Amino acid sequence: MAPRLVWLVVTVSHAHEGRRAPDEDRPVLEKTRGWLDRIGDPALKVITFSAAALSVTILGLITYELITGARLAFHSFGLGFLTSQTWDAIHNQFGALSLIVGTFVTSVLAIVIATPLAVAIALFLTELAPKHVRSLLGALVEMLAAIPSVILGLWGILVLGPFIQNQLEPFLGSTLGFLPFFRGPHSGTGLLTAILVLTIMIVPIVASVTRELFTTVPSELREGALALGATRWEMVRGVLLPATRPGILAAVALGFGRAIGEAMAVLMVIGGTIGIHLSLFGHSDTLAARIAGQYQGSSTNLQTSSLVYLATILLVISLVVNIGAQLLIKPIDRRPRRRRIALDRAFEAQGLSAD
Amino acid sequence: MSEPAFTLKATGRLRRRQLVNQAMGALALAAALLAVAVLAIVVISVARRGAGSLNLDFFTQSQAQGFNPKGGGVLFAIVGTFVLVGIASLIALPLGVLTAIYISELATPRLARIGRMALDITNGIPTIVIGIFVFTVLVAAHGQSAFAGSLALSIIMLPIIARSTEEVLLLVPPAQREASLALGVSRWRTTVQVVIPSAMGGILTGTTLAIARVAGETAPLLFLTSLGVASHADANPFHPLSSLTLVIFEYSEQASPDYQSKAWAAAFILMCFVLFTSLTAKLALARYRKKLEG
Repeated sequence: MAPRLVWLVVTVSHAHEGRRAPDEDRPVLEKTRGWLDRIGDPALKVITFSAAALSVTILGLITYELITGARLAFHSFGLGFLTSQTWDAIHNQFGALSLIVGTFVTSVLAIVIATPLAVAIALFLTELAPKHVRSLLGALVEMLAAIPSVILGLWGILVLGPFIQNQLEPFLGSTLGFLPFFRGPHSGTGLLTAILVLTIMIVPIVASVTRELFTTVPSELREGALALGATRWEMVRGVLLPATRPGILAAVALGFGRAIGEAMAVLMVIGGTIGIHLSLFGHSDTLAARIAGQYQGSSTNLQTSSLVYLATILLVISLVVNIGAQLLIKPIDRRPRRRRIALDRAFEAQGLSAD
Repeated sequence: MSEPAFTLKATGRLRRRQLVNQAMGALALAAALLAVAVLAIVVISVARRGAGSLNLDFFTQSQAQGFNPKGGGVLFAIVGTFVLVGIASLIALPLGVLTAIYISELATPRLARIGRMALDITNGIPTIVIGIFVFTVLVAAHGQSAFAGSLALSIIMLPIIARSTEEVLLLVPPAQREASLALGVSRWRTTVQVVIPSAMGGILTGTTLAIARVAGETAPLLFLTSLGVASHADANPFHPLSSLTLVIFEYSEQASPDYQSKAWAAAFILMCFVLFTSLTAKLALARYRKKLEG
């Protein structure tokens, strides 16, 4: 074995030298390019193409594996899984309705609170803040996105929870208690805590995307509006916001996608109960949090398969949201290169926060 | 110049427009201050509760056991985090860089667009779903291991590294590429010896950002390596290993205040690591971009 290997190495290296040796008969370009150069180009193409193909296939692979894993639960419950509220491990009955509702309630309310805040922050950072504090403030806002969600969850239970239970919920109950959303026993965990924690997580994401969008608006447009006598706010409302509307919508979609998929922080603060009710003070659960909460093992194959079914629903929702965001951004994509780079950075910002 | 004898004072409609303008400015300022205040509150409460429980033992000892243990540390959770993130980077870095090279240097515009879109969509997949994916592929048959966790983390890192690399490859001045090709240097040599060295700084900072991101991941690890206990010395990637994030989560579920203070201490270590790494990487990336954009 070993001598043959040595022979091979020697032959190959000699062949290499042989090719490189000066050879008057060959054309000039042929001489300067060794064998490595001749196989190099196709090799580079093949290697990088395989890597890219693998990276792209992962998406399909994930979808395929989840659908396969959910087959057992799909055969048992069918589409009725989507409209059933039960999650009963003892009687092996599972349904996703209350989890889907919980997911949408928390994410929609979080994005409703987060969007105006995020746009306001982006406006402050691009239009109002003095030049030298812009980058510092921007970095601070992005740091908020970088805090791991398990830490926000821990903070949510032990710091934010008691505040919500003792101050915020009694206050909301006494001022807005005539609405069914603000009734019931006060608790440090539950929908309200989950919504606020999610808001904290998505504000920096939406803010940094929106901020990149605002910087791409040509300053001629701004100056034109100001020169016509518009106040700064009128310029924002009349020029900046209309010019970036599809981008802002995409940013909102990205933030929404992040909120839907958030598992840890929500698992830690939402209370984890099945059921649909109006009060924001009560416990609830979401798709992602329910999946994460079952990590200690499920008792039956059907339960495991139901978890994969939940994951499939979550995947489908997030694919719809993300592709929607992509399509919103697409018309902008054709505009100049600088704008595309800004959007690339926006996607980077989306990838900041860990779950 | 002398002061004018009269002052211009807005009245009526103009006055109202100016007031609205000022109110909106004040609201924007308030929103920005609120975000910074929340960051400060989170960071300070983690630091205040965490720093108090930190001591040398916390870094050098393995986890203590029992209902309400005194002492002990998270050494093997830190080791586990390093193993998990290290293996994930080893998988994701080459794959991500090669993907980026294909998309930005070789692919047709149509293929490049498909590739970019697929990467962005992968970036948006909830990490718990990626965890379930690796669970059905690997863990359901072979049991938990740190390697399975690394695989999930590498899927999370891949689009981040590929997209940030692609972005810096776009920033490499076309003149460098053209000069090399005009000298008769082959395509692959141009890529390997001109384009990549020029983009290296950006690739490395992009990878650092991805590392900071996945070091804080918990959700995908729950199904893959949560059986790892930080109490015994183990760094074998084919065993389930604990991680800092898993330790924070497990301790936060305990009622005993001693566990809670350890959760804060572990959170403090993780937060310092993540914030420091991502901040340095961001600063380096900003400087690097400025250099390339000239």
